[in-house]
Amino acid sequence: MNGEVCCRLSGVRKRHDASFMLEVEDLQIATGEMLCLLGPTGAGKSTLLRLLSALEQSSAGEVKIFDHRLDRDPLPLSRQRKIAMVFQRPQLLSGTVRANIEYGLRVRGERANLADRVDAVLRRLNLQPLAGQAATKLSGGQAQLVALARALVVEPELLLLDEPTSQLDPAHVALVEQAVVDERKSPERTIVWATHNLFQARRISERVAFLLNGELIEVSSSDKFFESPSDPRTAEFVEGKMIY
Amino acid sequence: MPHRSICAATFKRIGESAILHDRENRVIRDGDAMSELWEILWLTVRVSGLAVLISAVVGVPLGAWLGLARFRGKSLVVAAVHTGMALPPVVVGLVLFILLSNSGPLASLDWLFTSRAMVVAQTVLALPFVVGITRNAVAAVPADFVLQVRATGASHRQTRWTLLREARDGVALAVAAAFGRSISEVGAVLIVGGNIQGHTRVLTTAIVLETGKGQFQFALALSAVLLGLAVLVNLFILRMQYGRRLA
Repeated sequence: MNGEVCCRLSGVRKRHDASFMLEVEDLQIATGEMLCLLGPTGAGKSTLLRLLSALEQSSAGEVKIFDHRLDRDPLPLSRQRKIAMVFQRPQLLSGTVRANIEYGLRVRGERANLADRVDAVLRRLNLQPLAGQAATKLSGGQAQLVALARALVVEPELLLLDEPTSQLDPAHVALVEQAVVDERKSPERTIVWATHNLFQARRISERVAFLLNGELIEVSSSDKFFESPSDPRTAEFVEGKMIY
Repeated sequence: MPHRSICAATFKRIGESAILHDRENRVIRDGDAMSELWEILWLTVRVSGLAVLISAVVGVPLGAWLGLARFRGKSLVVAAVHTGMALPPVVVGLVLFILLSNSGPLASLDWLFTSRAMVVAQTVLALPFVVGITRNAVAAVPADFVLQVRATGASHRQTRWTLLREARDGVALAVAAAFGRSISEVGAVLIVGGNIQGHTRVLTTAIVLETGKGQFQFALALSAVLLGLAVLVNLFILRMQYGRRLA
């Protein structure tokens, strides 16, 4: 972390549908940090990630990404391309796995060393055997790995991960966690990982933001979050007493 | 003096040669009939091909936009496009005739009874098919797909192009339907083209004429040519659609 703020949300409201509203009074994400968005299913993690991806606008409040106010203007394409997001249910393009991973580089016009960069990501995620396969015929877990590879290959400054291991077996969960931890070697890379898995949050995060019913309840360091949470609802969740 | 017109002849294909007979069953020159048949075929391909090309160039982007855009009154626009698919060809022909006739607002174009007027008529009839079917194909792609493509760094233009590639089955169907509508249409081209021999006569209008004259054999032969042409074009569209697809 270099102390700079990558993302800042103030007084943000985002209406998802008639019955759900995300409310974030204040959230700052420092450049280079790894923040875990933790919360039960339906807490608003995906909605918050979509706001951070700059692809959706808030209903109210101020969202600032890379010092750019999104509530005033959409993010310019050059800055938008510094963000990559892996969705919970990845939608891959028809074509091969390799073509899917190349896509992000091709749309950026980055043709130099394209094959080498794709090969490197394929190796990191053990995807070489699938490189020539049709992406639409992959299993859910394989599709998640390809979606992650598609995000990693463009070397984004802000990497947003929405439950990227929800369909993976334990061995692949470990592989993905290691691959993402490796990404943190770059001090400019900010990672926001949404999960409902307490154990995963504890393994990977430096800071945790806890969401419940669309409300940001608590943001604290990983140690404090799990050892001495400030909010009783966080404590209940951490202790596994919360039934939702 | 035998009547040399193909309209009064019976067309028979024997081996490699085409032989025409007049009303008294006297053989007339092969060359005249064949050249006229080729003329009709070529004009049919030209008029329908141009109408489909214009419909695709205008209609595919318009359909993609309509599939993605959100605006007040969109359902009314979609309903209008779908209604356009049911436009009666004779009504289109009549309206175009009035517009292009000597007393019409477009008289200065001098397009009445020309192949240009036929292209316009077929474009009017084919365009709603391209727009409507493309819109449905694009709208059927999950909304999240667009977001995910943009999340990989695609611009709006690149996203639309990618979306069209993903919806290419629907786009191919739209073009095939437009071609089907154009090539099988008779009412509008008959009115604005006039079915003038060697000038605006296409396969469908020739078939109508031959049937009216009781020349069923020749009408059937022309129908077979029309069907063959439709099969060829649809095979070409299928080839374009699946040719690059993974097994």
